[in-house]
Amino acid sequence: MITRIELGLSADFQDSEAKGILSGARDLGVTGVNRVKVYQVYYLSGDLQKEEKTRIAKSLLADLVTQQYGIDQPLPCKEEPPCWSVEVTFNRGVTDLVAETALKGIRDLGITSVQEAKTAKRFEFFGVLSAGDKELIAQKLLINKVVQHVMQPGEKLFFTMEDPVFQLIVIPLRDADEEQLMRLSRERDLFLNSAEMHAIQDHFRSLQRDPTDIELEMIAQTWSEHCSHKTLTGLVEFEGRVIRNPLKQTIFRVTRELDLPWCVSVFKDNAGVIRFDDDYNVCFKVETHNHPSAMEPYGGANTGIGGVIRDPLGTGLGAKPIINTDIFCFGPVDLAMKDLPKGVLHPKRVMQGVVAGVRDYGNRMGIPTSNGAIFFDDRYLGNPLVYCGNVGLLPRNLCEKTVAPGDAIIVVGGRTGRDGIHGATASSGELHTESEGTWSGAVQIGNPIVEKKLVDTLMQARDRGYYRAITDCGAGGLSSAIGELAKTTGAEVFLEKVPLKYHGLSYMEIWISEAQERMVIFVPPEHVDDALALFAGEDVEATVIGRTTDDHKIRLFYHSALVGELDMAFLHDGMPEVVRQAVYEKPVLVETEPELLSDLTPVLHKILAAPNVCSKEWVIRQYDHEVQGGSVVKPLVGVDQQGPSDASVTRPRMDSYKAVILANGLNPKYGLIDPYWMAASSIDEAVRNVIAVGGSLERTALLDNFCWGSTDKPDRLGGLMRAMQACYDVASVFRTPFISGKDSLNNEYKTESGDSIAIPPTLLISAIAVMEDCRQAVTMDLKKAGNLLYVVGLTRAECGGSHYYEVMNASSSKAPQVDAESARRLYLALHAAMTAGLVASCHDCSEGGLAVALAEMAFSGGLGLSVSLASVPRTADVVRDDVLLFSESNSRLVVEVQPDKEAAFCAALQAIPFGLLGQVTAAPQLVIDGIQGERLIEENLANLKSSWQNTLRW
Amino acid sequence: MKPRVLVLRAAGSNCDLETAFAFDQAGGAAVLLHINRVLENPALLTEYQILAIPGGFTYGDDISAGKVMANQLRFHLADHLRAFHQQGKLIIGICNGFQVLVKAGLLPVVDFAAEQSVTLTNNDSGKYDDRWVYLRINESPCVFTRAMKERVYFPVAHAEGKFVVRDESVLQELWRNRQVVFQYVNPDGGVAAYPWNPNGSMADIAGICDPTGRVLGLMPHPERNIDPTHHPAWTRIGLNREADGAALFSNAIAYFT
Repeated sequence: MITRIELGLSADFQDSEAKGILSGARDLGVTGVNRVKVYQVYYLSGDLQKEEKTRIAKSLLADLVTQQYGIDQPLPCKEEPPCWSVEVTFNRGVTDLVAETALKGIRDLGITSVQEAKTAKRFEFFGVLSAGDKELIAQKLLINKVVQHVMQPGEKLFFTMEDPVFQLIVIPLRDADEEQLMRLSRERDLFLNSAEMHAIQDHFRSLQRDPTDIELEMIAQTWSEHCSHKTLTGLVEFEGRVIRNPLKQTIFRVTRELDLPWCVSVFKDNAGVIRFDDDYNVCFKVETHNHPSAMEPYGGANTGIGGVIRDPLGTGLGAKPIINTDIFCFGPVDLAMKDLPKGVLHPKRVMQGVVAGVRDYGNRMGIPTSNGAIFFDDRYLGNPLVYCGNVGLLPRNLCEKTVAPGDAIIVVGGRTGRDGIHGATASSGELHTESEGTWSGAVQIGNPIVEKKLVDTLMQARDRGYYRAITDCGAGGLSSAIGELAKTTGAEVFLEKVPLKYHGLSYMEIWISEAQERMVIFVPPEHVDDALALFAGEDVEATVIGRTTDDHKIRLFYHSALVGELDMAFLHDGMPEVVRQAVYEKPVLVETEPELLSDLTPVLHKILAAPNVCSKEWVIRQYDHEVQGGSVVKPLVGVDQQGPSDASVTRPRMDSYKAVILANGLNPKYGLIDPYWMAASSIDEAVRNVIAVGGSLERTALLDNFCWGSTDKPDRLGGLMRAMQACYDVASVFRTPFISGKDSLNNEYKTESGDSIAIPPTLLISAIAVMEDCRQAVTMDLKKAGNLLYVVGLTRAECGGSHYYEVMNASSSKAPQVDAESARRLYLALHAAMTAGLVASCHDCSEGGLAVALAEMAFSGGLGLSVSLASVPRTADVVRDDVLLFSESNSRLVVEVQPDKEAAFCAALQAIPFGLLGQVTAAPQLVIDGIQGERLIEENLANLKSSWQNTLRW
Repeated sequence: MKPRVLVLRAAGSNCDLETAFAFDQAGGAAVLLHINRVLENPALLTEYQILAIPGGFTYGDDISAGKVMANQLRFHLADHLRAFHQQGKLIIGICNGFQVLVKAGLLPVVDFAAEQSVTLTNNDSGKYDDRWVYLRINESPCVFTRAMKERVYFPVAHAEGKFVVRDESVLQELWRNRQVVFQYVNPDGGVAAYPWNPNGSMADIAGICDPTGRVLGLMPHPERNIDPTHHPAWTRIGLNREADGAALFSNAIAYFT
């Protein structure tokens, strides 16, 4: 028996969801709708008495103050009938969080006869709608067909699924020819190349047997780009020589050569670990979740943040997640519907979905999201980027895992389902117009409460010493987790013991499923019972699924049949080396100078309103950035807390003023000119943001996250090689080690006509710095009229990729460069001045250059500025005021100093290029005069601020 | 002996540690306990003087915010909670905890049988909002706000914080009993519109107590303003000042010392 309970808001209460749909319909050009109503629907499967149904509706599902309920019939419509009533629900197998919670709530009421639940939403539209309108609204507003569908009358909602009849699948591989091998790779979505398929073939020929499907899948998972990073750790022929492991030659090399005592564990565990204080270390990891977010923005971003939280949680013996960061790259949100390629979601919908996904997961986990960035460019249209990062706090004595034979292998947390099959291998391919349909298995929706319970209980199990090793189930699922963690011992796993969401999974699917919210721990036999009791006590599922062995093999059983057996040595070291080709050709760019305007105020307005510069408050406030009680410098600062902070400062411990600074640098526009200077600029930007809030270069560590086009194409790989070289060159001089990183190398989108559009070369540099005393932090808002304003650092004529040239339709090949030696001296000197308390406010010059920095400081502080460019330190090639004002040269900051500290400040910056700009004024005006004294900009702060705020005020 | 504070957590609680810290800093002895332990052994409640239900998203706030935990209190712990209250002990619910208290039958009066008369529903803005708000503290029997300044500054961070009543008489009753403890105001102390009233609450109500003043529920987070560095503009106004939220926890502890 199926019971249907429907809930609707009483007429007295406004329905913001309905309002959103109404305005969404108007955005789509549908004008016939004048009102929308939304109903929440629950379907319950099980024998229920009438009294029980009423009790469930009244005591659990409905909020009787605001809602009405209808049992087994829709709520009556009091006014005119709707012109369209449509109900949508999740596709079979997609996580339905609310239904799961409803089941728990029903059991708490003492009602035990409900076996399954499912939720739906019913929408009533009032007005006039054509069939085309309805189709448009359904597809573009109400559902994403990857996870949802419009319900049909009489649709079957609950299914009894049977386990498949067990049959061991053996793949005839030994006798396959080249063509058959490659077809196999393609048809099974293995994404293995010819050399790899041959290596597997040779291996099984030597074993004198064919592989089973699970063996082949496990090898494909382990060797996938996602898990092995084979491109950047392989062989690359570039500029006449073959480079072995370019990553090791550049990024790792910085850290190895610097050999800093506070780097605890780098490029080894699931996240990079650095020293925090006498008791704790902190670790940091940033991941991408691009392809899933392109297909299902909410679920993709949701599981992106959920996944990266499990990296610190799986580092050492498990770090407590304390801060999230999120950086997104989208196509233009104002794109006309007619320009949207087939199979691509509109960038605005992608952005709204991604933000909601990060919000709902991060907020529910109780982790502050304190830092981030959003970047827009046409080339992210078919392939948006979603970077998610997490910082964890790890006791110093719990940083090392031990793996020994004879330990129980326990999977903790979520159940395993068919979700996320082939995520690791799929991310190694391109997106194409049919992606929505073909890869739906790779998309999931997360369950943050399951993960929160996981964190709560793992922290207790960790502190009681119940387990010796831990790792997350990420890409490649149990296969990668156990395959990696038991590398040095061996393991056997009994696949039928893995708890499943539903029947019907094959042994192979169980092994490679990428279902979320799962961790694997290795527990010595004497602690197994205590550990299981602890998890059960907080309703966390934990199950012994196998044990570690000592024979260096992974052995898989399903109901006592051996279904797979692989040598750890072949699995991890058997991948053949392929030499990849890389070439780099500098693009030829036309040099066109913009016309020199006498009044630059309109230009400043335009740049402030540019999507890459404008306020992101709409996004930021949807994230809880203060939970855990350690927020010191928030993402929005200033007199009315609307100013753009350069970096966040967070106290991980409530009983200490020691803090962690997070910042990031991202400059894809320069990458189109030269990836080398793009990478250099990103490092400089991340570092100078740390400096701007009072951080020290000497306690700053970096993370690299490359998102690139397909590196099987030599021109893409060539750019990447240059970017990596820049990472080495700049970070070595800065003495800022890289501690962790990740790359995502197949960010291309194939259009209907068959063209492949690569994203701009995109390197995200994240910076983490430990701050001795957060009470010395500085924010970017102007503090007091009468204070002096200085610019520190040299301005060069570097307008290539600048926002100024973009709004003026000009072009230049001179992307900002980094003079790392000078920059290091500058940062050390400025930091000393800041630590001495000589700086009242500080803001970095980045997008939009000096002009934007000045405007932001002024309206964030609610104070005016009167400045002259005459004393701005500059190179000889800067002759025009507009270049001085808008050039995006690196390593520059604007600093506010009290008059009584002027002398000490100037002394501290001896030998550093800096110049007096002018004064902070009480009058709320930004006034800027040029080198010769003519007025360039004169404008009210309120107007500037409103240009900056209006673009993304949704 | 320090007053003992039970910070009751459940799946999805997430302001438990900072709430416990706030009570500890105020001189209490806070203990975090999972609700399953209390459901197994409700007598545990007798060991504490203060019960705090912290912020978070208990059970995901699926169905509606705080509902599932509220039902656990209402249908499984009612007698013990009634006794706890009648013994003159204190109960506070912050954010999700406030949502739990009104849905459980602990606010506006401790009555587990009565039909719910007030609720916290979706913000008018239609979205989650993290921002700082000014609050007026009205004269009330509330133990937690005794002698606090008339105006305080706390952050809110929620999607379902709009306070509404079943009908006008409920509101009148709240005023008559002086149960409206916190109201959103604008920076000048006047009537608040968005964003100063961040969710569209009726009568700008941000927090209420029961008629005895020993049960308090509020949407804003006092535990997020107990250190001078919590203030969003501390780099402008300096650190040499007391954080607004600390007094609320001190009052609760002082009540037993």
